Amino acid sequence: METLANLGDGFAIALTWQNLLLALLGCFLGTIMGALPGLGPSNGVAILIPLAFTMGLGATPSLILLTSVYYGAMYGGRISSILLNIPGDEPAMMTCLDGHPMAKKGLAGEALSLSGVASFVGAFIATWGLILLAPQLVKIALLFGPAEYFALFALAFMTLGGVSSTNQAKSAFAAALGLGLATIGVDTQTGVPRFTFGEVHLYDGLDFLVAIVGLFALSEVFIFLENRHGGADADANKIKVGKLYPPVSMLKETAPTMLRTSFLGFLAGVLPGAGASLGSFISYSMEKRLVDKEGTFGTGDPRGVAAPEAGNNAAAGGALVPMLALGVPGSGTTAVLLAVLLALNITPGPLLFTQNPDVVWGLIAALFIANFMLLAMNIPMVGLFTRVLMIPSRILMPIVAMVSFVGIYGISGSTFDLLVMIGFGVMGWGLRKFDVPLVPIILGTLLGNAMENNLRRAVTIDNGNWWTLFDSPLALGLWAVAIIGFILPLIVGARVKAKMHARRDEEGSISD
Amino acid sequence: MSDRIFGVVGILLSIGYVFAAFAIEESFLSDAVGPKAFPLIIAAILGLSSLAIALRPDAEPQWPALGRLVEIAAAVIVLVLYAEMLPVAGFVIATAFVSAYLAWRLGSSILEAVLVGIGTSVGIYVIFHLVLGLSLARGPFGF
Repeated sequence: METLANLGDGFAIALTWQNLLLALLGCFLGTIMGALPGLGPSNGVAILIPLAFTMGLGATPSLILLTSVYYGAMYGGRISSILLNIPGDEPAMMTCLDGHPMAKKGLAGEALSLSGVASFVGAFIATWGLILLAPQLVKIALLFGPAEYFALFALAFMTLGGVSSTNQAKSAFAAALGLGLATIGVDTQTGVPRFTFGEVHLYDGLDFLVAIVGLFALSEVFIFLENRHGGADADANKIKVGKLYPPVSMLKETAPTMLRTSFLGFLAGVLPGAGASLGSFISYSMEKRLVDKEGTFGTGDPRGVAAPEAGNNAAAGGALVPMLALGVPGSGTTAVLLAVLLALNITPGPLLFTQNPDVVWGLIAALFIANFMLLAMNIPMVGLFTRVLMIPSRILMPIVAMVSFVGIYGISGSTFDLLVMIGFGVMGWGLRKFDVPLVPIILGTLLGNAMENNLRRAVTIDNGNWWTLFDSPLALGLWAVAIIGFILPLIVGARVKAKMHARRDEEGSISD
Repeated sequence: MSDRIFGVVGILLSIGYVFAAFAIEESFLSDAVGPKAFPLIIAAILGLSSLAIALRPDAEPQWPALGRLVEIAAAVIVLVLYAEMLPVAGFVIATAFVSAYLAWRLGSSILEAVLVGIGTSVGIYVIFHLVLGLSLARGPFGF
């Protein structure tokens, strides 16, 4: 009952003209960004964060704008998967398998609208899951002391590599690199400068927004420069969209699939380190095993379109649970959303629900509203977005680069930050070549200070005894999960990951 | 081979990080852990993971041809110049040049590149400065 009252308050906050307009704008931009190959949800949100700040938006409106972009991108990714057989973003990869064959059979409109409905079902169920699960997780998190938090951060880093990379050593490298970058600047506890090499600009530390925009958005521009003639420019006109509503029989046939995969996707999203790509992958695999008796999956089976779309949108909602309740994001885009909260001086985690209930519930209400807007946008208006797909990357990418610069310059007005951003862009490009995942780097720069502070607090409280980190059953449990999460992929993960990564090359470093 | 070099560079990086960590001047007022311990733990992880990468390298990444690398290097130089020139030349002029350059290098014809450059720069100026009120770099002409 209390939950419903909170949700009611949330709707009161979200239903202002400004917030509704922001949600609409976010949904629209998000769908476009999701649909355009090369701009995924994390890039999209990263580019827009500085703008949300410079527009002087408060915490709730900024979050409404950016999470609408996040949900929108999850919807939009399917459009180019179905029409062009090029995933618009990584979680939409699995949608290619049956979506494009459907389009080739002349069912493009049906595939698009069916996947729109599936996205809606997934996101809707996941938002309810968020409402029900997050407060429970908060209750557990309130028992956490500094030692448990340190273990939780370690868990986040150790499990992140399990799915985001094919090589655990590389994801550990990325996490350490990110944490190392976070230690640059004046030490918060003793006030001594660390790793600043006398550069005054570094005393405040590296701005994580600069790092995010550089690593995600700018490195994408370099990738495009490198493969200038690589085929992202395709002609969306070749396939006629046709009917814009799915036949009722098709909806009936796919309804059980959507419901099953929504739950599965949500669970995949809640798990640390998983995120939407895994959500769509396991949803598709499970449905294939479960209902594909005639071997029609992969040849344009509607259930093969509904499963990954419901799965990835549900996972997107699920990934918000650990981010809001624990302050530990499990995926790339939620890491970027965490950056928004931190930059707004809001500390996510259990206290968020008691101290800023308006932010949490306003956000959740906005997710519901955004979801309905997206359904409305993505079924009748899908033709508009298919036209956007025809913007070639040679025009799009300069715009992306310039908007990134504008955003960062707008926050700080400093040339130094722009140079740092270019540096991160080059670094991101190089690391993507080496298949080093970028998400742990971002997570490291975001959480580094909190992780170190918790470590030092825990050890200081116990008079310098380091064993305090492994003292409570809760902490031991977290460490056990962390270690299993790190080792398990080494043993069994190689096969699953090889399958999942088979279709993605450089895209792989930025997971959802 | 690339991964082995990458791993060795990573090990060197972690060694450098350790030295820089030992060089941190401790303040007389310190907690039980101090400012060095966490960086040293990180350095250890960095070093170990680099060692693992060097010992068990992945398949060779696809390196672009030299021409493409020069392309990227040129773009980096142009962007650095852009960052430096922004306060001098003003937003609209600097941005028009850089976006035209990028559009040209990404495969537009000269005419299209010029149009993209002007369009991007003026478009961003109108939307972000005139409509949203974001402060952009002012040049000699005030825009």
